[in-house]
Amino acid sequence: MADTTQTAGHGPGSGSHSGGDPSRRDFIYLAAAATGVVGAAVTVWPFIDSLNPAADTLALASTDVDLAPVQVGQSITVTWRGKPVFIRHRTPEEIKSATDVNVSELRDPQKDADRAKKPEWLVVVGICTHLGCIPLGQKNSDPRGEYGGWFCPCHGSVYDTSGRIRKGPAPRNLEVPSYAFKTDTSIRIG
Amino acid sequence: MAHGPSSSFKNPVVNWLDQRLPIFTMIQKEYGVFPTPRNFNYFWNFGAIAMIMLVTMIVSGIVLAMHYTPNTNLAFNSVERIMRDVNFGWLIRYIHMNGASFFFIAVYIHIFRGLYYGSYKKPRELLWMIGVVIFLLMMATAFMGYVLPWGQMSFWGATVITNLFSALPLVGQDIVTLLWGGFSVDNPTLNRFFALHYLLPFVIAAVVFLHVAALHVTGSNNPLGVEPKGPQDTLPFHPYYTVKDSFGTVVYLAIFAAFVFYAPNFFGEPDNYIQANPMVTPPHIVPEWYFLPYYAILRSITFDISIPFTGLKLIEAKLGGVIAMFGSIAILFILPWLDTSPVRSARFRPIFKKGILAFLVAFFLLMYVGAQTADAAWHLGGLEIPLVYVGQFATLVYFGFFLSLPFVGLIEKPLPLPASIAKPVLGGGASAAGATAKPMEKA
Repeated sequence: MADTTQTAGHGPGSGSHSGGDPSRRDFIYLAAAATGVVGAAVTVWPFIDSLNPAADTLALASTDVDLAPVQVGQSITVTWRGKPVFIRHRTPEEIKSATDVNVSELRDPQKDADRAKKPEWLVVVGICTHLGCIPLGQKNSDPRGEYGGWFCPCHGSVYDTSGRIRKGPAPRNLEVPSYAFKTDTSIRIG
Repeated sequence: MAHGPSSSFKNPVVNWLDQRLPIFTMIQKEYGVFPTPRNFNYFWNFGAIAMIMLVTMIVSGIVLAMHYTPNTNLAFNSVERIMRDVNFGWLIRYIHMNGASFFFIAVYIHIFRGLYYGSYKKPRELLWMIGVVIFLLMMATAFMGYVLPWGQMSFWGATVITNLFSALPLVGQDIVTLLWGGFSVDNPTLNRFFALHYLLPFVIAAVVFLHVAALHVTGSNNPLGVEPKGPQDTLPFHPYYTVKDSFGTVVYLAIFAAFVFYAPNFFGEPDNYIQANPMVTPPHIVPEWYFLPYYAILRSITFDISIPFTGLKLIEAKLGGVIAMFGSIAILFILPWLDTSPVRSARFRPIFKKGILAFLVAFFLLMYVGAQTADAAWHLGGLEIPLVYVGQFATLVYFGFFLSLPFVGLIEKPLPLPASIAKPVLGGGASAAGATAKPMEKA
């Protein structure tokens, strides 16, 4: 690999100009081509960037949630940036099963304490990290998989009570959005 | 090109036009007297049929666009309005909906014909590759078109497929955001998909023009895979193949019409008559039938690819699935160089013939597996076979077919080729009724 790169780099660079004035005309070609490339890139960029999220889309980027009515063991789903966010008021057993895990055995190793700001409240984006389906498990009657968290019906990913991937094709844990407790019973997501 | 008064048509208006723009000379040369192998079978109809379907899709699509509203609040209802209130809206939409399926059926048969009779081989490599480009453009167009009615399958299909790009390392998530124009599939996504869905068919038409132009440089392949050696091996395109193509097209369109009028939702999913809801995933997301084999390949890669004994992960399962899925199409681009056999037609290639039939079975098996749920299984007596394994096996056959071609070409002993196209037709005795088979290799 290193050999080929070197040969390729040396060939044209080592002054094997065949005929003509090598210095000034070559420079003009290179400078013109370089200017053209920069110009094309500068022209194309606004068109590409116009496809990125617009200002009004970005402006809807935070959501306030009142947690007071959510009972222990209950889950709610709120919308943030057009995506569902799962908020679960975890029971002591659920917290225990989330913390009693040997982190090094996980596919995406993360401690429960790093995922929940207060252990009784778990806040995760409710989108499977595989291909974007919404996992089941928000209702007590839903299938929650063998780890008591969430189960994605699309391709069978199983998440635990900390929203960590435990089984199935998804590569990562459910994303924890940036959020802050404004008071003990209300949060702002985003 | 024609210089001045070289054209001589009886009609003076045609003559006047042709001397200034030799379009009639061109039509005469490319579609009138164009020398075409005399031994085509009905597999050779499907290029023309695909062309008719492209025109059908463009015409019906332009009319639909006049009634459709690409806004997440209005799209679903505007489609329902087309179905209920617009004069003949139901007919035009059902033509467009089923036309997509019949376009793919025609193109799949067309591609299979190219595979079976070795149409991708020298000197038709570029012709074949342009065809693969058309196929990719069709897939992109069909995918974006399916999003427009904004039903549940539209929305979740779009979510799953756009999320495939998040598997790319480093830039994946940024690319997905760029595709969406937001943080999920939403109004900006619908708008740009509509714009592109309107644009791409015209790009397809342009690439089809290149495809046909390249075809008219090399001329058509034929069921024997032997190049025409002279006028005794060819027929003028008109009237022989204009008639044969017309006949095949009419039969095909009759079947198409039967679906449009009597089973218009046969290829559809009931869930797409529920308006898109970003908060509820349908229990079973399936793509349109023509994507099922690739979807099954995607789901077959359930394992990470690591360096043995080090635990170092090279490719996550998710990225591996995406690579395999795109690879299953990309491999068609290098097919002309994978196949080392100089013999084109599978008729004279005993090993290749078995291989391509195995490939065909694997393709339909993948189609079946792709339509089932992720955890489905076959129950044979007491034995339970998870369909994931069936899909993995079929994926192996799919890629195995292509990757074995270099070796098949080396070890295979082809059957004797006919000296020319005319020989097996005229020289094989009285039984040589059609232009189809050489008597000695009927089996």
